[in-house]
Amino acid sequence: MTTRFFGAPVKRNEDRKLLTGQALFIDDVELPNMLHAAFLRSQVAHARIRRIDVSAALKRPGVVAVYTADDLGAYWQAGPLLVPPPPIPGIIFHLRTQVPLARDKIRYAGEPLAVIVAESRYIAEDALDDIVVDLETLPAVVDLEAAMAAGAAVVHDDLGSNVASHVRQAKGDYRRAAANADLVLKRRFRYEHGISSPIETRGIVAQWNARGQQMTIWDTTQAPVFVRNGLAAILGVSERQVRVIAPFIGGGFGPKIMIFYPEEVTLPWISMRLNRPVKWIEDRLEHFVATTHERGQIHDAEIAIARDGRILGVRDVFLHDNGAYNPYGLTVPINSQCTMLGPYVIPAYDSTFTSVFTTLPIVTPYRGAGRQHGVFVIERLLDLAAHELAIDPVEIRRRNLIPPDAFPFNNEIIYQDFAPLQYDSGNYEPVLDKALAAIGYEKFVHEEQPKLRAEGRCVGIAVACYVEGTGVGPYEGAKVQVQSNGRVSLVTGIGTQGQGHFTSFAQIVADQLGVDVTEVDVVTGDTDQFYWGAGTFASRGAVVAGNAISEASQVVRRKALKLAGEVFECSEDDLVIADGKVSITGIPEKFVSLSELAQRANPMRGAVKPGTEPGLESTQYFGPPSGTTANGVHAMVVEVDPETFELRILKYVVVHDCGTVINPMILAGQIHGGVAQGIGNAFYEKLAFDDQGQLLNASLADYLLPTALEIPRMELGHTATASPLNPLGIKGAGEAGAIPVGALFAQGIENALELARKGIELLEIPLSPSRLYELTRKDGT
Amino acid sequence: MKPAPFRYVAASSLAEALVLKARYGEEARFLAGGQSLIPAMNFRLARPAVLIDINGLTELASIDRSMAQAIRLGALTRYCAMEKDAGFLEACPLFADALPHIAHPQIRNRGTIGGNFCHAAPASDLAAVAVAMQARMCIKSSRGERELAAVDFFVAPLTTALKDEEMLLEIAFPVPRPRSGAAFMEVARRRGDFALAGVAAIVSLDEDDRCSGIRLVFCGVGETPVDASTSVSSLIGQRCTDKAIAGAAADVRRMVAPAGNIHASAEYQRHIAEILTRRAIAMACDRIAHAA
Amino acid sequence: MQPEGHDIELSVNGVQYRRAVEARMLLSDFLRHELMLAGTHVGCEQGVCGACTILLDGAPVRSCLMFAVQAGGHDLFTVEGLIGASGELNPLQQAMHEHHGLQCGYCTPGILMTMTAFLKQNPDPSELELREALSGNLCRCTGYQNIVDAMLKAAEMMRAAAP
Repeated sequence: MTTRFFGAPVKRNEDRKLLTGQALFIDDVELPNMLHAAFLRSQVAHARIRRIDVSAALKRPGVVAVYTADDLGAYWQAGPLLVPPPPIPGIIFHLRTQVPLARDKIRYAGEPLAVIVAESRYIAEDALDDIVVDLETLPAVVDLEAAMAAGAAVVHDDLGSNVASHVRQAKGDYRRAAANADLVLKRRFRYEHGISSPIETRGIVAQWNARGQQMTIWDTTQAPVFVRNGLAAILGVSERQVRVIAPFIGGGFGPKIMIFYPEEVTLPWISMRLNRPVKWIEDRLEHFVATTHERGQIHDAEIAIARDGRILGVRDVFLHDNGAYNPYGLTVPINSQCTMLGPYVIPAYDSTFTSVFTTLPIVTPYRGAGRQHGVFVIERLLDLAAHELAIDPVEIRRRNLIPPDAFPFNNEIIYQDFAPLQYDSGNYEPVLDKALAAIGYEKFVHEEQPKLRAEGRCVGIAVACYVEGTGVGPYEGAKVQVQSNGRVSLVTGIGTQGQGHFTSFAQIVADQLGVDVTEVDVVTGDTDQFYWGAGTFASRGAVVAGNAISEASQVVRRKALKLAGEVFECSEDDLVIADGKVSITGIPEKFVSLSELAQRANPMRGAVKPGTEPGLESTQYFGPPSGTTANGVHAMVVEVDPETFELRILKYVVVHDCGTVINPMILAGQIHGGVAQGIGNAFYEKLAFDDQGQLLNASLADYLLPTALEIPRMELGHTATASPLNPLGIKGAGEAGAIPVGALFAQGIENALELARKGIELLEIPLSPSRLYELTRKDGT
Repeated sequence: MKPAPFRYVAASSLAEALVLKARYGEEARFLAGGQSLIPAMNFRLARPAVLIDINGLTELASIDRSMAQAIRLGALTRYCAMEKDAGFLEACPLFADALPHIAHPQIRNRGTIGGNFCHAAPASDLAAVAVAMQARMCIKSSRGERELAAVDFFVAPLTTALKDEEMLLEIAFPVPRPRSGAAFMEVARRRGDFALAGVAAIVSLDEDDRCSGIRLVFCGVGETPVDASTSVSSLIGQRCTDKAIAGAAADVRRMVAPAGNIHASAEYQRHIAEILTRRAIAMACDRIAHAA
Repeated sequence: MQPEGHDIELSVNGVQYRRAVEARMLLSDFLRHELMLAGTHVGCEQGVCGACTILLDGAPVRSCLMFAVQAGGHDLFTVEGLIGASGELNPLQQAMHEHHGLQCGYCTPGILMTMTAFLKQNPDPSELELREALSGNLCRCTGYQNIVDAMLKAAEMMRAAAP
């Protein structure tokens, strides 16, 4: 079977709607009789609630209802654990999850206290000022080490401490490795990731139909099936009575897959209570505290290394900022823990983390999901060791890469998919070589850099490697159906957030069924259309849904060929399927169209044989046995102004291996976008919390997202080692661009300013001109 | 984020606008470009009870270069109008330098110079330019008119010397002296962001190429524009050599006392104040040389 | 305080509208929820992200930083007005499609309006000039590269087609 679309840079089916302003986003949902909600949010980070007086708000004209936790009655409950911690021996895990509206205690500034329902959002916001809240303020818990100290204020009183979780994983014997090492290098690293800040914030519209006893929810969620199941359970109705629709979503990047947000749980209850549709759209100010974050870790890490640069072992102890609640379990710190191993052979590894409750917004995965932190530590340790041992930083990496014949490579420690971390396939050295060639490494280091330095310019080069676990289960499903008009419908439970599923998924179907990619209509994110699924996260869409779609398409293809074989009374092997028709090989005039076959498969007379189904359709599921592993190398040439420490990226290269590629155009877009977020993380975006847990820069004027002037042109390269874990050989790519950028910036800036020579080390992210000035002043330059 | 309710009046004449402002005092705000006022209202940081829309008073938007002594800008003059006026930009190079740093074109299509000054942000580039050029603020109320030096107009962050019933009408910018050059520069995190520090420098030279006058005013390092002209007085009577300029810049570093903010430590602000001083004075001198 | 209604008459994409609006209704909300032109998107309501950018008398402005009542007597142009008479995508839209200049599409209408005005004033921009013009529109998905390529291509196409 020749592939016409699979692997091709097919233009997107969904573009037209988006380009003409016709795509439905959450705030475009308009329903008759609809009310609008606004949430009163805590202005302090930690307090006991004495009283909430809503009486004045109720009197305001245009206000229909005001609710606090007490009004919710039995409906009020803490959210579920979304991702159970993996079965790691000795694990300590204390689950404390968010509630719909705070009762008794507030644990972060921004936590919802009450909700106003009014005729317009304008009036609802007016009424927020009417509510009087009486609080007993408590000390905020912001600094991770202070949170762990004796006498610290406790976020969850019954726990007695702020430990949310404690995990230790180890393999090999680190102590022996350190004893045998020629160099043991130990440092403290601080890595802060930022917030996802999509251009579209969150939103929910809930519509309860009392007559039909049906709840319809439009939700900016990346996981509509889970939302449907969970809400049905707490609303006390059957899953069949709840329909969750994820419309076009204006960027997700992770925090839109956090589910059972307070607003998500409260809105349907309100609609049921008032028997009117209710809409809540998160405004930008709310978004800074109401949508989940990914934040910081402090690592005390050491590397035991031989004189020739071979890693003998790594030991790491880190603190992870969990925020006030931990519904997402340990996904982020486990990713940090596992991803630190990188593409390197690390015989001994001893990693311990403590996830700490703080009186700050909840931390859940955001593009990279903790991998950034782990990659930063190992890449920096290698850079520092390279300097100590006088080995070129690229060379030290090369010497430690897992060789191509070592796959599947078992890292032994347990990963977020509950299985021991196993790299399925990979060939790392060609990726590194390709990146070096593209950035012109040798020429830059030996010719260009010395020349520019002589002119007084501070230019540096950086190369960073990473491995990324992708494509985790549990599963996804797809239903493919040829309709009687010849168009093909594809329905899947996985949602979308802009990554081109309407096209990439259609490509898979189009190739199997011999139709044009524009003839495949894709429906995602509507739980009435497809019942089962998990969601779009963790770079798994193409891998998991893609394979399910491929399976379903192949079954439909076989059905079509079988039916055509009966029509022509010939063997299926003599048939070819193309251009929406099945014809006899070599005799194109003898054909039957897919639409006719679809009609034949659903006869008005005659019988459908037992053991078969009507129609040209198939529903298939795919659940990978474990996650796949993609990998890549980023390289960058950067210039730093030695006076102001402003920075300019002169060249940026990404070489990436994500196995088989469905649509290289869409893949490139994902890499571009990931790198842009990585650049934001490395040098521009920083959440500024004060010691009272107040976010000082809750504004896009002060939380600095990179613009078209900060993001350079990127050159992309690609290699492919197919994954043996799924029939299509796909690995994932959604997060790859974002992961090693922090490490790259630290290396590149150190190189540009020749900091190693001056004994100055960059051990933290984010950096900024001001921070670089602070860090470099000490030597008097 | 939706604004709190207010009463809206579109003034049909300047007289009407002033009468309304006198009636409502501090409860009323003038709505000009709205690019600073409306975001503040959306955040509910500003809640005027009355909004007097003066966008219809087009006579208040004007760039008048007809007089010998000063260029007069009407307060309602939008940034985009200034940007399109090549003659004005040539006559006022500080504006040519500063305007591209103000937010983005979409904001500059609406924002006005009067709005900028009345908002009185500590990081306002044009406020520093006005103080550097020793502009005069022409203020009117229904009871009369008065003038203020620019340096006296900016009182505190987001606070001007305007009384409750007054409107800023026009700003007069003295025409640059012969044999003078000017430059405005700033350091910001991204184009259009508030300056971490910015400086407007005007240098005048005598026939011997010695500095006969220097104006140096910062934005972003104090609560209002910081006039550091006296701290570079070591240049007066000197040739503007690299060494002399560096010396003056070091004096500036000692003089400025920025508070620091989330984007820049106080030390970093001090550091770039020195660097910008050096670079801006050098450029101003270069421009004199090229004009000659 | 009872919301007072202000009568306004304005033209949007060449169509005349007459409505009564509360003074504080933002122009962005008016377009989206009164006129049902939901193509203009809201991202921040503080004038920074640029998603709400429309053309006011031909000039790009933030519709979240104007009140609807101020728009009376003006000619507005939104993303819904870009499409050709027979429903064909215009050169900017077509170029964005061909160069994969959009992913989630949320920032796209604002970018199209900004670029429509910019390319009219600057039919032959350098890449740097284009990026400067684009810097007032935030995109979180694309990393801007494909948008830049699309707009440079659109500029080229329009120059070739110009008389």
